[in-house]
Amino acid sequence: MTTSGTDPLVEVTDLRKTYGDKVVLADIDLAVDREDVVCLIGSSGSGKSTLLRCLNLLEQIDDGVISFDGVEISDPRVDPRAVRKRIGMVFQAFNLFPHLTVLDNCVLAPVRVHHVARREAVARATDLLARFGLSDQVDKHPDRLSGGQQQRVALVRALCTRPELLLLDEITAALDPELVGDVLTIVRDLAEAGTTMVLATHEMSFAREVATKVCFLDGGRILEQGPPAQLLVDPEQERTRQFLRRVLPPSG
Amino acid sequence: MTDWTPSAHEVERRQIRNSQRRRTVLQATVVTVVVFGVLTAVVVRSPGWPRVHETFFSGYHARHSFHEILKGFWVNVRLFLICEPCILVLGLAVALARQARSAWLVPLRLVAVVYTDIMRGVPTLLLVILLAFGMPALQLQGIPNSPLFWSGVALIVSYGAYVAEVFRAGIDSIHPSQMNSAAALGLSRAQAMRHVVVPQAVRRVVPPLLNDFVSLQKDTALVSSVGVFDAVFSATDYGNFNFNFTPLVVVAGFFVVCTVPLARLCDWLQRRWTERERAGAL
Repeated sequence: MTTSGTDPLVEVTDLRKTYGDKVVLADIDLAVDREDVVCLIGSSGSGKSTLLRCLNLLEQIDDGVISFDGVEISDPRVDPRAVRKRIGMVFQAFNLFPHLTVLDNCVLAPVRVHHVARREAVARATDLLARFGLSDQVDKHPDRLSGGQQQRVALVRALCTRPELLLLDEITAALDPELVGDVLTIVRDLAEAGTTMVLATHEMSFAREVATKVCFLDGGRILEQGPPAQLLVDPEQERTRQFLRRVLPPSG
Repeated sequence: MTDWTPSAHEVERRQIRNSQRRRTVLQATVVTVVVFGVLTAVVVRSPGWPRVHETFFSGYHARHSFHEILKGFWVNVRLFLICEPCILVLGLAVALARQARSAWLVPLRLVAVVYTDIMRGVPTLLLVILLAFGMPALQLQGIPNSPLFWSGVALIVSYGAYVAEVFRAGIDSIHPSQMNSAAALGLSRAQAMRHVVVPQAVRRVVPPLLNDFVSLQKDTALVSSVGVFDAVFSATDYGNFNFNFTPLVVVAGFFVVCTVPLARLCDWLQRRWTERERAGAL
């Protein structure tokens, strides 16, 4: 869809993923350019999360090719850790480490994986935490924080490694509506700052506002993809229309 | 979807994965053979090996002591089989007593705390000797006098304290939200413990429990110190008579043969629980 001069950052062709006999993803084709914000929409079980997990090699795929920055990363000879170092991921259930303080959660990967000096990692983390309104929480343990705060910490943790690509897996699904706003504002800022992101989301209005591309997944296939103005307003497929009718507020 | 065939690329990828796997297996095999080969060589080529071989690994003495040891080992097995369920019950009861919050149960809680503190502190061997020799010496009417019975009691009392702590750790590790959601459903504290917390706690502590039971299996040998004719007693008896320690190695073999299947059983149980409860989870 988007054809810029340079190669896309992520390119997925003919991706297939099964769990035993169950086909979870099939014939997935997707290109993510630098500074793109790709929103994956679709009902639960449509394969959005699995697709994200395939992108940073948390799942072994059954066919197809995933390329990252021009290199095929679905090749078994590629070291998955080298790939994951460059990709950040935030989970729906936060998955913070409960035995570490907020700061230590954020400093762990930069120090242990990226070999950043601890002093610098701490400075970077404190700075990001402050920007996200978490200055008071730095020395607390995650379980003491509210859901919205925890999810913001999870975002900071992912950003601390300065990833080239950010994967967000329904990061607002476990939050109450009031907190959703806090988290989405941050994601919006990140998008404006040019962060490349792929996110699974149920927030249609957010997708319309921020996405450069929206993909509608159904039964493990991308039924339709395009710019939000087209796909969310005037989709080609009947199935997409059906889905949007159910999730969008009646005013449209 | 049924007409799918792997692409040439995928076929190649599978070949690469297979060859990677083969290489790993080969590496593992080579490393294993080399490590054990070297260890064996070091032992067998040591200057004292012929002497050690004769005193500890004599086939003749192994065969001749086997029958006596088997008879003695049956005592260990029975002791273990009877003690184990008692310990589980006692341990869980003590752990629950320590968790009790009812005002009526405060004395019970106190007893439980004192019990674990003292019994974990006293060496099991001392407990066996104290009970096996001390209780019959009281000359009370109506209680058994056999050292076997009292050393069994000593084992139960001693291990009950360890196991109680294991259970308590397991219960503590269950997130309070589980208690809350049980309470929200209207379950009483006891019901929540019985149906929600304890079942989860038990699964979590199976490996440390197993550890204690392997330890208990071995500690049944302590009864030999109060004159019960168990496997170890038979072995030392034979050894002292024939100036050969092979029977002790045979006894060690008996204990190992008994503990390994128990370990595998627990592994299997754990795997089954994990598969059922975490299927497809992150």
